[in-house]
Amino acid sequence: MTRASLFAQDKRTRARNATEKRFRAYGLTAIVLALLALLWLLISIFGNGLPAFKQTFLTFPVTLEESVLDKSGTRDPAVMAKATTITYGKVLTKALEAEATAKGIDLSALKKKGLANLISEESPATLRNMVLADPSLIGQTIRFTALAGGRVDGYYKGRVTLETAALDKNTSPEQLAVADKLKEAGVLTISLNSGFVTMPDASDKRPEAAGLGIAIIGSLYMMAVVLVLALPIGVAASVYLEEFAPKNRFTDLIEVNIANLAAVPSIVYGILGLAIFINMVGLPTSAPIVGGLVLTLMTLPRIIIPTRAALKAVPPSIRDAALGIGASRLQTVTHHVLPLAMPGILTGTIIGLAQALGETAPLLLIGMVAFVRDFPGAPPSGLFDPAAALPVQIYNWTTRGDPGFVERASGAIIVLLIFLIAMNAVAIYLRRKFERRW
Amino acid sequence: MKDQRLESRVDTQTIKIQARGAQVYYGTNHAIKDVDVDILDKTVTAFIGPSGCGKSTFLRCLNRMNDTIASCRVEGKITLDDEDIYDPRVDPVQLRARIGMVFQKPNPFPKSIYDNVAYGPKIHGLTRNKAELDAIVESCLRKAALWNEVKDRLAAPGTGLSGGQQQRLCIARAIATSPEVLLMDEPCSALDPIATAQVEELIDELRSQFSVVIVTHSMQQAARVSQRTAFFHLGNLVEYGETGQIFTNPIDPRTESYISGRIG
Repeated sequence: MTRASLFAQDKRTRARNATEKRFRAYGLTAIVLALLALLWLLISIFGNGLPAFKQTFLTFPVTLEESVLDKSGTRDPAVMAKATTITYGKVLTKALEAEATAKGIDLSALKKKGLANLISEESPATLRNMVLADPSLIGQTIRFTALAGGRVDGYYKGRVTLETAALDKNTSPEQLAVADKLKEAGVLTISLNSGFVTMPDASDKRPEAAGLGIAIIGSLYMMAVVLVLALPIGVAASVYLEEFAPKNRFTDLIEVNIANLAAVPSIVYGILGLAIFINMVGLPTSAPIVGGLVLTLMTLPRIIIPTRAALKAVPPSIRDAALGIGASRLQTVTHHVLPLAMPGILTGTIIGLAQALGETAPLLLIGMVAFVRDFPGAPPSGLFDPAAALPVQIYNWTTRGDPGFVERASGAIIVLLIFLIAMNAVAIYLRRKFERRW
Repeated sequence: MKDQRLESRVDTQTIKIQARGAQVYYGTNHAIKDVDVDILDKTVTAFIGPSGCGKSTFLRCLNRMNDTIASCRVEGKITLDDEDIYDPRVDPVQLRARIGMVFQKPNPFPKSIYDNVAYGPKIHGLTRNKAELDAIVESCLRKAALWNEVKDRLAAPGTGLSGGQQQRLCIARAIATSPEVLLMDEPCSALDPIATAQVEELIDELRSQFSVVIVTHSMQQAARVSQRTAFFHLGNLVEYGETGQIFTNPIDPRTESYISGRIG
């Protein structure tokens, strides 16, 4: 019998190698497809959302005449409140007209309200609040920065073109031509939109004024509630189940149920929260405290499962060592097991928090989808004030009609993603920092 | 290493630990059957026997480490200085402070060398101040023949030492609580011959202060370090006596078979 050469592969080896090659190709294809999908998602979100961080503003001098804004002359805000936003709107329009004329811009082609439409409906209210907060402004001429109207803003972001403007009753090509001239004159500017992350939500017709301020605060409040409740309860439950509880049918049942709870659809927790926290306990709707409690319930099993896994991963030899010296079981856990399990626990907790941050469905059920204009107060009482939440705000904006909200919703997704990436970065950092060899 | 067999004598006759009719069950498995043994003070007692014969299980009964295994049940009477260690009034935590243990695999805490040794005295409140603690750490590391190797790096992690050094660190940690009995479960099985020799030398020195019980697979080791030897087989204590007698003139035929390598 001749000995086979090592240089020639036999049939079996060739077949096995071919299988391995095919398997690698499948894996590579899957990863490439996943990356392409991710890339597409990011391009679409950033393409739509980045303009939300820019905003078109009109800056011009406004003279706040006493005869118009404070006929009584008392400078009493309660009396001055008689001048409505309509009055302030006329003041703004007049001031813009004066500025445009001064810059030599021909406004004759504009239709009725064409000039007023350049300014966002939000701006008269902003000016009114400014004046009511500081009545001494009356009689002065101030430089006021007004938001441009949604269509004008859209024009500079490529959403509105001269062709679409001709069909749009809210704007006109002539108006956009005036806007272009104002831009040349330096009255109209496009700059960073800090209001997007500080201002409250705005009504359907004012996408240019809609911001995430309340949603961000609401989400932060909820995350604080979840962290304060879910971390200690989750870790304590895990430590008890893993280190102290007798292993019997009852603890097996609990274990199975925790695993099941982690898989329960989140909207079910929303119904639970509605029934218990709002209907039974009587907590207010739309409040971050209720959202936080619901998300705590939802997050608990998601913290308990990785925490128990982290505790299990601590080698039993460490427990033996501590017990062998005469440490009590609690000392063994707090001095040795928990510090070693800490990276796993923190990672699990932060991933759980990140999931809670992005959760929408349960919050819809407890009323966090409500339109909220007033900022919630400082904690702890602020936890009971109505607020919005980031993912719900995104959902909310995607349901609105004005095309300006497409950009706002995508921008909000970017903000949410930044929060999530930051949290995951913290998780990775903590894991690295606390990681130890044993 | 010189042959200690002929010189090894039992120094005292005080009984430190006494077991009478000790039975251990893992669930329905009867692991230790009716063991009677007297462990003397200031003596090294070796437990030998084939794998699975129950010698480690019995060792872990002596400081109630078996309590951590839910299915494990101990019957019979085991006393330390005539007090039943399985009496319901006994707190195993206090018991373990008096009966220290060194495990098969070196298991230092992932903390500094200093903290490893200082941990026991700290949790038992044996010291009043840092100076006393420092003194204990130093004396224990000296007793464990480790001081000269680590005195310049007490803050370094204990897990960074070599295997033999780690095991000596574990011994230093175990004696830092001033136990009366030191249990050692195959302390040299993960060590090379040089480290083994160091640990064995150490065991012989520790005998002057503690009663040492050592489980070992190596009959040479049992012969080298112990004064008394107990041979376990299938959960029974087959023979127990002076080490010299067990190795040179065993009474039970099973002991003889094991020692001469026919069973095991």
